[in-house]
Amino acid sequence: MSIEFTPTEMMTIAAARALTNDDVCFVGIGAPSAACNVARLTHAPDITLIYESGTIGTKPDVLPLSIGDGELCDTALCTVSVPEMFRYWLQGGRITTGFLGGAQIDRFANLNTTVVGDYDKPKVRLPGGGGAPEIASNCGQIYITMALNKRGFVDHLDFITSMGHGEGGDHRARLGMKTKGPTRVITDLCIFEPDPATKELTVVSIHPGVSRATIEENCGWPVRFAETVAETPVPTTAEISVLRDINARTKKAHEAA
Amino acid sequence: MARICTLSEAIEENVRGGDSIAMEGFTHLIPYAAGHEIIRQDRKELFLIRMTPDLIYDQLIGVGAARGMKFSWGGNPGVGSLHRFRDAVENQWPRPLEIEEHSHAAMANAYEAGAANLPFAMLRGYIGADLAKVNPNIRSITCPFTGEVLAAVPSIRPDVSIIHAQRADRKGNVLIEGISGVQKEAVLAAKRSIVTVEAIVDELNPPSPNAVVLPTWAVSSVVHVPGGAFPSYAHGYYPRSNAFYIAWDKIARDRDSFTAWIKEHVRDGKPEDFARHVGKRSARAA
Repeated sequence: MSIEFTPTEMMTIAAARALTNDDVCFVGIGAPSAACNVARLTHAPDITLIYESGTIGTKPDVLPLSIGDGELCDTALCTVSVPEMFRYWLQGGRITTGFLGGAQIDRFANLNTTVVGDYDKPKVRLPGGGGAPEIASNCGQIYITMALNKRGFVDHLDFITSMGHGEGGDHRARLGMKTKGPTRVITDLCIFEPDPATKELTVVSIHPGVSRATIEENCGWPVRFAETVAETPVPTTAEISVLRDINARTKKAHEAA
Repeated sequence: MARICTLSEAIEENVRGGDSIAMEGFTHLIPYAAGHEIIRQDRKELFLIRMTPDLIYDQLIGVGAARGMKFSWGGNPGVGSLHRFRDAVENQWPRPLEIEEHSHAAMANAYEAGAANLPFAMLRGYIGADLAKVNPNIRSITCPFTGEVLAAVPSIRPDVSIIHAQRADRKGNVLIEGISGVQKEAVLAAKRSIVTVEAIVDELNPPSPNAVVLPTWAVSSVVHVPGGAFPSYAHGYYPRSNAFYIAWDKIARDRDSFTAWIKEHVRDGKPEDFARHVGKRSARAA
């Protein structure tokens, strides 16, 4: 029996699969938040989810619209102040995985959520970095999830809000960073991982029904494919139903006056 | 000792034109009623400080009350842009806005340093990030023990900080519950402070000896404004109006609809209007 699913559903489920029960995960809002909670409600029930508003070990029944919805505090093991969150828990090295989204990404998984155009005279002023600059450097590793299209996957970033692998190679290590940085980028068409040596994002898995040409057409740089490229397993019935249920509960909750 | 007074008196006494002002609350307990009173009293040339400007500063920027803003994430959470902020930065409407942009970690550290009466904060931050290239207030300091180079930012010392909290007692001691953000640090870092509260009670009865309590002698003014954090929320009193946050996108996208909204709901409004938002208790709140 084959299940119908959308590319966005495939992205969220592929992102959720990257997480394990042992992860202590710093969760970004939006697509990362959906993926982290699908993981918690399927194969990783004991995962620790942390949001930068200070909520530790939170188990939201509906996805939060903001990073500090009451739902996160109501269902958390505990809630700490924001300085404590960033100083003790993030900078303290307690977080295994940071899960980020972004407006734009380059081939070395650097992210821009600050400006398009010149910083002082921006064409588009985006919200900015928030927690991302230090999430990117202080978490053990980073997963990124965003839809693959030419607007987001660009050849050159106007602004590096949070550093991925910088100029590639050992750039992170040269700046004194001991954490791994981005280890996986999960899109709606495929999954990238950085090449072990150059750190350039390389396609390692393609979602069912997607062609290499489609991936190339939607990416702003010439795409590299790994020697062996896997096909991402299709979503299971259980994964799809958990995702659709939480999305339905969330929609209902956010539309309530 | 904090003075318990009306919102109009508190803003009149504590907020002056040209002040640096921090109105904090990390998604939760954002002091909207106080923001509206500042607009009604027509304070100008303010330097706004807030980690997440949120709709409260979108409103102050849109009416032209601000000369500048220090912040770390300027969006409408989960919805998109703050259109009045964008219009000010991209098109200088209604006036240019000087921005000093940081990361959350740096802002949180800077508030804490301010509360601790230190001149600067340090953190392992901004590594490889371009903000350090465009913000001259992001510098570095070398650890005298290990030689590690760390980021340094000036501490935040606002002229006045304003927060919203659940309760105060009749002496003006304040209790904060739920997501407590940087509110305690913001108040202790400031020269003057205002706390608006959902309720004023005979006995504060902190739920735990570790509860977040601001003693009355650390606060300038306490004001009873039920619903004063709407459309954000007050844990135990009313939930966040995500529907309003979504609706704001359309209101603020257009200069005229924004100005009409400000006239109807702010200039022609009063602090008591916020009380109608109380009563919708969140399902699991105490």
